[in-house]
Amino acid sequence: MTTQDETARAIRRHERVAATRRTIRRSVIFAAFLVILAMTYTGYKAVGQSIDDQQTNWPLVGALLPRTDDLTMPPISDIVAEFGQPPQRNSNKPLVAFIAEASLFTLREAALGFFFGMVFGLSIAVVLLRSVWIEKGVTPYLVASQTIPLVAIAPIIVIWGSTSLGWLPFEWTNWMSVALIAAYLTFFPVAMNGIKGLQSADPASMELMRSYAATRRQTLIKLQLPASVPYLFAAFKIAATAAIVGAIVGEISGGVKGGLGRLILDFASRYTTGPSRLYATVIGAAVLGILAVGLVVAAEYVVLARRREEPISL
Amino acid sequence: MIIKALRGFAPALVFGIGGLLLWELALFIIQPEGFVLPAPSAILIAFFDDFQEILTASKNTGFIVVTGLVGGVALGVAWALLVSRFRIANETLTPLAISLNAIPIIALAPIFNAWYGLLSPVSNQAIVVILVFFPIFINTTKGLTEVDATEIELMRSYAASSWQITKTVRIPNAMPFFFTALKIASSLAVIGAIVAEYFGGRQDALGPLIVQNAGLTRYTEAWAAVLAGSLMGILLYLVSGAFERFSMPWRTAAETAGA
Amino acid sequence: MSDAKQSAVAVSGVTKVFNPGKPNEVHALTDIDLSIDEGSFVSLIGPSGCGKSTLLRLIGALTHPTHGSVWVNDKSADEARLDRDYGMAFQTSGLFKWRTITENIELPLQLMGWSKSERKERAAEMLDLVKLSEFGDHYPRELSGGMRQRVAIARALSFRPSLLLMDEPFGALDEMTREHMQTELLDIWEKTGKTVVFVTHSIPEAVFLSQRVIVMSPRPGRIASDISIDLGHRLFETREAPLFFEKVTEVREALRFEEGSA
Repeated sequence: MTTQDETARAIRRHERVAATRRTIRRSVIFAAFLVILAMTYTGYKAVGQSIDDQQTNWPLVGALLPRTDDLTMPPISDIVAEFGQPPQRNSNKPLVAFIAEASLFTLREAALGFFFGMVFGLSIAVVLLRSVWIEKGVTPYLVASQTIPLVAIAPIIVIWGSTSLGWLPFEWTNWMSVALIAAYLTFFPVAMNGIKGLQSADPASMELMRSYAATRRQTLIKLQLPASVPYLFAAFKIAATAAIVGAIVGEISGGVKGGLGRLILDFASRYTTGPSRLYATVIGAAVLGILAVGLVVAAEYVVLARRREEPISL
Repeated sequence: MIIKALRGFAPALVFGIGGLLLWELALFIIQPEGFVLPAPSAILIAFFDDFQEILTASKNTGFIVVTGLVGGVALGVAWALLVSRFRIANETLTPLAISLNAIPIIALAPIFNAWYGLLSPVSNQAIVVILVFFPIFINTTKGLTEVDATEIELMRSYAASSWQITKTVRIPNAMPFFFTALKIASSLAVIGAIVAEYFGGRQDALGPLIVQNAGLTRYTEAWAAVLAGSLMGILLYLVSGAFERFSMPWRTAAETAGA
Repeated sequence: MSDAKQSAVAVSGVTKVFNPGKPNEVHALTDIDLSIDEGSFVSLIGPSGCGKSTLLRLIGALTHPTHGSVWVNDKSADEARLDRDYGMAFQTSGLFKWRTITENIELPLQLMGWSKSERKERAAEMLDLVKLSEFGDHYPRELSGGMRQRVAIARALSFRPSLLLMDEPFGALDEMTREHMQTELLDIWEKTGKTVVFVTHSIPEAVFLSQRVIVMSPRPGRIASDISIDLGHRLFETREAPLFFEKVTEVREALRFEEGSA
């Protein structure tokens, strides 16, 4: 029997190694992709320059091909260099510092929104679990709610936040309204996957709980919630990006200062004086999105590896 | 059978009508300053008052949505078919796509505006295409590749060609996955188009309409435009559903048999 | 079956109809009368749809009869369930994949509010009983099918119920493992003296394990025959004894239902 124990440990070790290999492979592929992207960008620029941007006049695809002058498409070297340049005249702080600070600001809103959206979404899933009737009645509206571009209402939410919420014991700042938008975008995938996950508890296990005369609450906590964890993580990955998007767009339409949205807006309006700055900031936003999802993936690995389970892919 | 279908809708109807009535009643009693959440009746009135304007705006936004949706679906399905054919492609490109999906796509809007010009529809269409591409590609690939091994073995035993296998086994298997993705993609397309319009594009579209009205504190009119956006999303969802039923008759048969 | 000893299980006049009055109405069981002695090992066998699993669930109060009554240990089946008089094991081991083996065995004890030390002690005892003591910290995924079923049995017995209800627990195992598990189960039965009601599809399994084989007819299920098996203490060799084959044949013939006979 000890050999079986050893086999189990060997399997565990092998899985850890395989997971590390997978991560390395994916990072390499991602890096390769970035390199290819950069080469295509630079290559296209070179070709376009040499034919004097005639490609924009080609039939059909012409409209899809951008011009290749340095203002429309700054060279990669310029963009990279721009990270180290101070964008403000009166200080030495490099652009990358501004982007980092703004990213942190946006991340805070997104994280707060993500947390509340997660709690709310899970609560809804638990409530909908109670009765098939309620589930059938509410689900269409849940789906419809996601077609409402709440981000569009951001300015309204910001104003509402600063006027009508005076009764709250703390000061409601603008960025909290943005967090609310992030929460709105988070709760749907969490709720939908939450229901699926809660219902995924295998019927034999449900019968088992009944045979133990377990209360509904016990069944929920000991069986259904743990069973839903893989599904929830799949939702969290989607929600992480959604929360970041919601935060950025919320900042832009709500006129909130301090985050990536504001930075993007500023550099977009002052594009002609420094196109590379916009590109750099957009790259910063991309990095933030990947970081957010990366955090969720890391958490998922820790939780599921302990349970020796496979993650559910999206 | 009609009764059965109605019974399926009943809870949704009850909740919907109940919710609307509650909303209307609450505002009637509390009467906040017009403001954030106007009564449904007020929104409907504004909707019909501004109908022409909203209709034009919807058509313009709708154009971006539909063209972007078509483009994104075409690209997504094409790549999915390609990737499912070559296992190496699937193992490298699909995880890459999942990683890329973590990027807030909307952040590319200002760059596209620089490339194609602020007023050009192409920049907004590009955003929608990318937004639609990812879920369609990822899900369709999943459907094309996660096929029961025994079915493939059966086809091989008939000496079926690669394309025949794809046509008779993989594609039908992928259809539910595709339609799930289509429904997600269609609501993403609407939201994406409207939000992209904040960054640039024609001014007589839904996005600018919402923002302008909000800026002028005409919140009821802003909500009416939002309603138009939602209706567009719901319409696309229903159309996708109709396509789904049409192309998967074996599923509908199972449903009506009371399975 | 003596009057002096109270029956562990008494099923009288039980009929079970699913979805009465609706188009998908199913007559699962009709007029079942069954009495099971304490400490005996009884198998239920029959063709698919004969209602044996339904009968098991009626005894376990997981479903209720349309007519008739079910008494377990002189209480109604529901009371017996609330008193946790029985443990169940299914074909799929139903282990929670996010819990270690020990934690899985502790599950019912947790629900009953046992203290941590009490649970630990009992779980260790149970693991010993099913000979899996080294695997306490492993997860179900790391165990074979047979081992998981042993854990399921350990879990079913962890709170010392008087009754063990088993629904084809070895159905998913290969023949060799199955025979091994049967011997293990009998071992445990002899050690603990529980009453066991065992549902199975396999005639040799029913004959090997039980003292009584209840043969059920196809839907609507009735008790067609009640065959007693006097094979004494079972050994591996018992499967090759002539009496074993006789009994298997007897059960097989009892299962031969003619076309058109109810």
